[in-house]
Amino acid sequence: MSASSELDDAAPAQSPRRSSRWLQRFVLVTLGPILAALVVSGIVLLLFGVDPLEYYGYVVRRGLLSSLGLQQTATRMAPLLFLAAGLIVAFRAGLWNLGVDGQFLLGAVAAAALAPSLVDILPGWAMLVAGFCVAALVGALWSVVPALLRAYQGVNEIITTLMMTFLGVSLANVLVKLVFLDPTTTVPQTRTLPVPDRMPRLFDTTISSGMIWGILAVLAVHLMMTRTAFGLRLRTVGANPHAAAHAGLNVPLLTVAVFAISAGFAGLAGASEVLGVTGNIQADWNPAYGLMVIPLVFLARFHGVGSIILIFLYSTLLIGAESAARRVGVPQDFTLVLVSSLLILLALAEWLDARRSWTES
Amino acid sequence: MTLPAQTASDMSEAVGLHTVTKRFPGVLAVDGVSLTVRTGEVHVLLGENGAGKSTIVGMLAGLQEPDDGHISVAGTGSRLDSPSASLDAGIATVFQHVMLVPTLTVFENLVLGAPWWRRPHRAQIERRIAELSRDFGLKVQLDAMTGDLSLGEQQQIEIARALLRDARVLILDEATSMLTPSGADELGAQMRRLAERGLAVIFITHKLGEAYRFGDRISVLQQGRMVGDIAPDALARMDEDAAIEEMVRLMFGGSDTSASLYRDRPAPTAAPLLSVERLGTEGGAEMMALKDLSFDLRPGEILGIAGIDGNGQKQLAEALSGQRSATAGRVMFDGADVTRLSVGQRRKLGLRYLTDDRLSEGTIGIFPIAENTVLKDIGAAPFWSGGIERPARIGAHAREVIRHYSVRAPSEFTPIGHLSGGNIQKVLLARELTGEARAVIFNKPTYGLDTRNIAASRRRIREIADKGLAVLLISTELDELIELADRIAVMASGRIRGTVVNDAGAGDLRLRLGRLMVDEGKMADTTGDAA
Ligand SMILES: Nc1ncnc2c1ncn2[C@@H]1O[C@H](COP(=O)(O)OP(=O)(O)OP(=O)(O)O)[C@@H](O)[C@H]1O
Ligand SMILES: [Mg+2]
Repeated sequence: MSASSELDDAAPAQSPRRSSRWLQRFVLVTLGPILAALVVSGIVLLLFGVDPLEYYGYVVRRGLLSSLGLQQTATRMAPLLFLAAGLIVAFRAGLWNLGVDGQFLLGAVAAAALAPSLVDILPGWAMLVAGFCVAALVGALWSVVPALLRAYQGVNEIITTLMMTFLGVSLANVLVKLVFLDPTTTVPQTRTLPVPDRMPRLFDTTISSGMIWGILAVLAVHLMMTRTAFGLRLRTVGANPHAAAHAGLNVPLLTVAVFAISAGFAGLAGASEVLGVTGNIQADWNPAYGLMVIPLVFLARFHGVGSIILIFLYSTLLIGAESAARRVGVPQDFTLVLVSSLLILLALAEWLDARRSWTES
Repeated sequence: MTLPAQTASDMSEAVGLHTVTKRFPGVLAVDGVSLTVRTGEVHVLLGENGAGKSTIVGMLAGLQEPDDGHISVAGTGSRLDSPSASLDAGIATVFQHVMLVPTLTVFENLVLGAPWWRRPHRAQIERRIAELSRDFGLKVQLDAMTGDLSLGEQQQIEIARALLRDARVLILDEATSMLTPSGADELGAQMRRLAERGLAVIFITHKLGEAYRFGDRISVLQQGRMVGDIAPDALARMDEDAAIEEMVRLMFGGSDTSASLYRDRPAPTAAPLLSVERLGTEGGAEMMALKDLSFDLRPGEILGIAGIDGNGQKQLAEALSGQRSATAGRVMFDGADVTRLSVGQRRKLGLRYLTDDRLSEGTIGIFPIAENTVLKDIGAAPFWSGGIERPARIGAHAREVIRHYSVRAPSEFTPIGHLSGGNIQKVLLARELTGEARAVIFNKPTYGLDTRNIAASRRRIREIADKGLAVLLISTELDELIELADRIAVMASGRIRGTVVNDAGAGDLRLRLGRLMVDEGKMADTTGDAA
């Protein structure tokens, strides 16, 4: 039949074209905006009389090339990775859980409140496991309202999760200042988990083992979403809830499950920061990691390995910029300039790409 | 109709394609096609599923650009690189698949795309819609939520929207597939009137009778190539049968394959497999409720449901499949009450439902064909084991489906949204028939298919009934029901108006069905006014 011969003709001609296309696309959509953002931020630095090459060089040296910096970078990755795991589940299932910061903080508070009081009762590992579990539970609970509203009333979760974050951040603060306050210090903070009782460090470094668990979490989530029946169910709901209901899936139940898993990981992120790094929570602490991770997960197109790489690069930038702020005299907030110009340029590239492929096919 | 005295200008080109080629990954959709559509003509495009008709429409509508060749509008080459460029060039399109925003009201959809600074004048639009409804017999409720309407009703809105735009070229891609026969005739008459007023109309259909009755000129595509056309004077000289034979010859290069399948066979006598007892569902302002519906369906039997589109057929199918909850009565399957069971549970019992809404309900366009073939069996063996996907098994199954149902697709990895309408339908059909099916509900199973695929699909439906499955066949095409069904129930206003045994008594039967539909149609109108 002529149809099949036509297909045969088309097939070989197409593969080299496709790979060069892919490269073109990668340059346009990923590499291009990153370079452009470096240039734009460099110009801003020049305007302030700072040599951008010196600044960038310093960031790379401190965040990546110095041993201490690298260890800090790796430690910083842990909570970001857990957050990314939660976001990947939600985003792939088409649910925009933008409230991870609230879920993160409440999870952290739960862990910080529980762990020091369990230290004397339970063996170390059990105390840590309990802390993580409770944090996940509290994070998940904080997503119940948006989840139910979305599942049964169709209320847009973007707004509800953001609102719940406002509430959650305030609630966490209230809890730290009024309920779980450590009476033995004058600084408003929770009781401190002694360093030996925190999560084990990796080998002889200062790297928290949370990073390993975080990487495992991201990989596990990635495999779950791409290789399992449960993952396909979630993706089906995300792609087209109508078709999912037609295919016999319980869409409301799956929606609630996605929220619970996603927020649970946010809670774990909070626990990993408290039980692995800080040991306590100080009043008004809100690192807003979620807002940083969301764009990274988008940039990685919800891909697990891609997210890990981007989080590594981003942590390098954060750590490097912290020291650069002290040394080169550029305020630490400059990372925000860099990141926001990156985001704007990424969105721009995405738009150009969408326009291009739209007219092409 | 073409007089030699006609001047060149009033038969001039409205749009033209000049050796246009369009490739998709692995598919040559349109292959060096040249085509001139003249003002004042209804130009019919024919071709089997996947022939490239909708791709041509897509290029004229500015959704896609040709890889080679070019398009001209009114004799001058122009680039239609966006939908707005196409609209500006005076081309209005009704797409094969409805492209309305389901969460907006009908009115909002109609005014969508107007410049944001121009406030839509509701009164003015109401007046124009009233005119259009009168002229075309379209039913447009401006305040209905679009997503709540049936596909047929949505298609009418699309037609209204295109007509509102006062275009010079009007494209209708299978716009009549969801209309009732009389609605299609109205539209045909209106196309003729528009052509007389100097518009160019491009009309795509799989119904060859319509092509003959409404068209001036007929062009036939086969696998992306233009394989022939029938000029106006030639068409005018033929009678309907001769014209249809010629069209079939051009489309398939062979003879008509759609011999009637109806044969006398003993009425199945086994105990009913599916019994519906006084079923009722909730309705709303725009959603027809089911009232007091009862029937039995035996294994091996085909029960047809006839009726004008939007009289509760979809609600019935959904209530049976478990997608819509019943507020009264019950559904018995194989002696057990399944009224409260979920979609998945009913499917496991062997109750299958082939939806008429291929794109937004039946498939997930961005997922590959392979995943779509198992979308209703997620987690089940042999495609998953212990919840872990087995891509090789799924891929093999999908390739088997593609081969056995002759789906025209480059590979099982192609996103199903890239297939032509007819080919998507084949995949859906395969999905409902795999596994332990015992009863299948078909909702408009052959809509949008070409003659050959219609024949093949009907043969399959007949085969599965012969194998002992119970079939509920919802269709708006009387021919289809008379060809396949043992009994035909007529639905109107959410009720069963009457059931007739299909004795193939030809004219008489058709008349009886028609009467049931029409009587009830009037009644539906009066109740509609009262509500
Ligand atoms: N966006 C796309 N990507 C890839 N392939 C496509 C795309 N659109 C169409 N095709 C392929 O191009 C071919 C022609 O499709 P087209 O939709 O034009 O057919 P058609 O004549 O309208 O058929 P039908 O009567 O079934 O609607 C088909 O093989 C289809 O699979
Ligand atoms: Mg088509």
